[in-house]
Amino acid sequence: MKQIYLDYNATTPVAPTVVEAMQPFFSNHYGNPSSRHALGCAAAEGIEDARMQVAQMIACDREDIVFTSGGTESNNLAIKGVMLSGKQLAGHMIISAIEHPSVVAPAKFLQRLGIDLTVVGCDADGVVSPEAVYSAMRADTKLISIMHSNNETGVIQPIADISKLCRRAGVVIHTDASQSAGKVPLSVTDLGVDLMTLAGHKYYAPKGIGALFVREGLVLEPVLHGAEHEQGMRAGTENTPYIIGLGEASARSSRAIDDAVSHMSKLRDRLFNRIQAEVGIPLKVNGIGAERLPNTLSIVFPEVTGYELLNAIPEICASTGAACHSDAVDMSPTLRAMGLSREEAAGTVRFSLGWFSREEEIDQAVELIVGAWEGLRVS
Amino acid sequence: MYRLPGVMNSIYLDNNATTPLDDRVLQTINTALQRRFANPASAHQDGQIALRELQRMRESILQQLGAVTSGMHSCRLIFTSGGTESNNLALRGLATARQRTSRTARRIIISAIEHPSIAETAASLAREGWRIDYLHVEHDGVASLQHLEELLAEPAALVSVTSVNHETGVCQPIPTIAQLCADSETLFHTDAVQAVGKVPVHFSDNSITALTVTAHKVHGPRGIGGLVIAHGTEIEPILFGGSQQLGARPGTEDVALSSGFARSIELAIEELETRTEHLTRIRNRFEEQLLAYFGDSIRIMGQNSPRAPHTSNIAFLGCNRQAVVMAADMVGIRCSTGSACTSGSSEPSLVLKAMGRSKAEIDSSVRFSFNFLQDESLVREAVQKIIAVVVRLLGKKAI
Repeated sequence: MKQIYLDYNATTPVAPTVVEAMQPFFSNHYGNPSSRHALGCAAAEGIEDARMQVAQMIACDREDIVFTSGGTESNNLAIKGVMLSGKQLAGHMIISAIEHPSVVAPAKFLQRLGIDLTVVGCDADGVVSPEAVYSAMRADTKLISIMHSNNETGVIQPIADISKLCRRAGVVIHTDASQSAGKVPLSVTDLGVDLMTLAGHKYYAPKGIGALFVREGLVLEPVLHGAEHEQGMRAGTENTPYIIGLGEASARSSRAIDDAVSHMSKLRDRLFNRIQAEVGIPLKVNGIGAERLPNTLSIVFPEVTGYELLNAIPEICASTGAACHSDAVDMSPTLRAMGLSREEAAGTVRFSLGWFSREEEIDQAVELIVGAWEGLRVS
Repeated sequence: MYRLPGVMNSIYLDNNATTPLDDRVLQTINTALQRRFANPASAHQDGQIALRELQRMRESILQQLGAVTSGMHSCRLIFTSGGTESNNLALRGLATARQRTSRTARRIIISAIEHPSIAETAASLAREGWRIDYLHVEHDGVASLQHLEELLAEPAALVSVTSVNHETGVCQPIPTIAQLCADSETLFHTDAVQAVGKVPVHFSDNSITALTVTAHKVHGPRGIGGLVIAHGTEIEPILFGGSQQLGARPGTEDVALSSGFARSIELAIEELETRTEHLTRIRNRFEEQLLAYFGDSIRIMGQNSPRAPHTSNIAFLGCNRQAVVMAADMVGIRCSTGSACTSGSSEPSLVLKAMGRSKAEIDSSVRFSFNFLQDESLVREAVQKIIAVVVRLLGKKAI
């Protein structure tokens, strides 16, 4: 059974050029980058080249990139790093109701330690408004963390506007851009953020590698203690091959982002338009009124649950908007914050496309999806 | 590509810093990368295949380390990003969980010769009000059991002692230490990154609470390691996020790295006997030849202690250790002044200092570490080059 992979927001395959770029660092340049001999230096040079490639993708300086084990660690380092720096464990932070668990969980952990936490909501389209953030800000607010784009709906947040507020108030702003890299152009200068998370496996590098942009001068309390790797912000022997892979994926993304945007948005729109035409009844698309990533389509299917629908088409890899247990529906926090009803959340399916999606796959998927939907409706 | 003199014909004697990837392991990793594994947290079939693959890797690694994987006492393996993270998780996670559940003293005992990933984590806990006590080591590098007993007379949450020291290769009496900790109801963690694949490791035969293992010290990939924890042990996470690994370590797992990790451990344990024999032979030849030439003017650190077979830490009395490493590098010998993690600094070795070695020894000590792919003729060539380097350095100094 040939799978149709429409789950690029969950993870992407590793690009063949990335696999290729990593090979010499697996086999020849295996030195520990901290070693002072020639073999160590060769590895360290490779790492600095990769750091440059990542920096170029998001328009920052090479020195501002810290490599981590992935998005979860980057988010933890940003949030715990800011809130736990300084002598006193005090202050206030703001996150939104649509953040990824790797932002929510460290924030809740800090709340248990005594930090004040405000969670701001979003509108029906899934947008966190700068006004809502502004009214949550306090004199002792130290950090605001709002994602760049949402993993479930693809809705892009007004980060540049929010960061203007932060700058005026002297508050540090972090954005989790895990879902945005490889899908839209990213510039930390334009966005005005102090911290930005990147996760390799969301943009064709392997899992187990990520990065955090840290604006020059910002001091973070490390999450992992040890030797003085990564300017003292992240201990642990560098994973040279995967860092090289992240560099290559970033370079590819920098070069091809415009083509990628038009390729993915064309196919995404084709997927929706064809499903809509076949289904007949007007379909609700979550976040339709907002600016969205070009690859993400979150549809509410009427009269069926997403779980049933995807179960009926094992050929397609995609995700539901809710986890269904025997008698209860566990809505995703994002869909709940957008005010979806239980039925709407249960009927939500997220399709996410990528660089390697093909038109034939999309047409095939339409047929399978519509066929399954009609079958379930009748029964 | 970056080149320095001697890069092409180099002799890599820095295997405690990191080891070259085994071709067989690389093949496993590349196969996994190209199979395009899905996210193991995804509900669809491809995600479930990835999840099952991870579970298979976990069980294999546990079995290789002598950890029980079934029944009432089955152990857990938490995948991490490597040894540093495992050590951070062990120290902070075990100590804080212990404190929360049984209100023991906010006190930790670590040996005086721990790797920075243990020592610095302990220091960060000290800043939060924990008391850290340091277990003494003797002149030969072995921890003092008498001192441990004295330290354990007062309640502590956790003891952490490395199995095999990264600078000297000296082995600690882990079964005895584990038993002493168990007798006083204290958790015991050991960093076994330099032990696995070099000396026998039997997790469940001993009263070990948790054990750190990493892939890249045994010809496996970087960026992955594990923490083995005994059945029923509570641990607080240090990274927060999704529900992967029962919340103990969130973050999307990588099947490619995990399968490379498992393969490297499988090979290391399957081939343990032949590798150990071979390493012992070449390491001994190396030391014998240097001793034959230099006699009393060199000292082997921890020479008379039980040592893992891959490490030789030698003081070239009268030389400067950094000068030796640099001059050796110019003739293609890759070695180190100690832990790679601290070799960028000019600080003297804390390990040798804790062993009470003389200033002359500390100032002149260089670490050589071997791998099982190297042979006696390579060692002979290395010895000749090292002799030439040291003689030249001593000569210069004499003038």
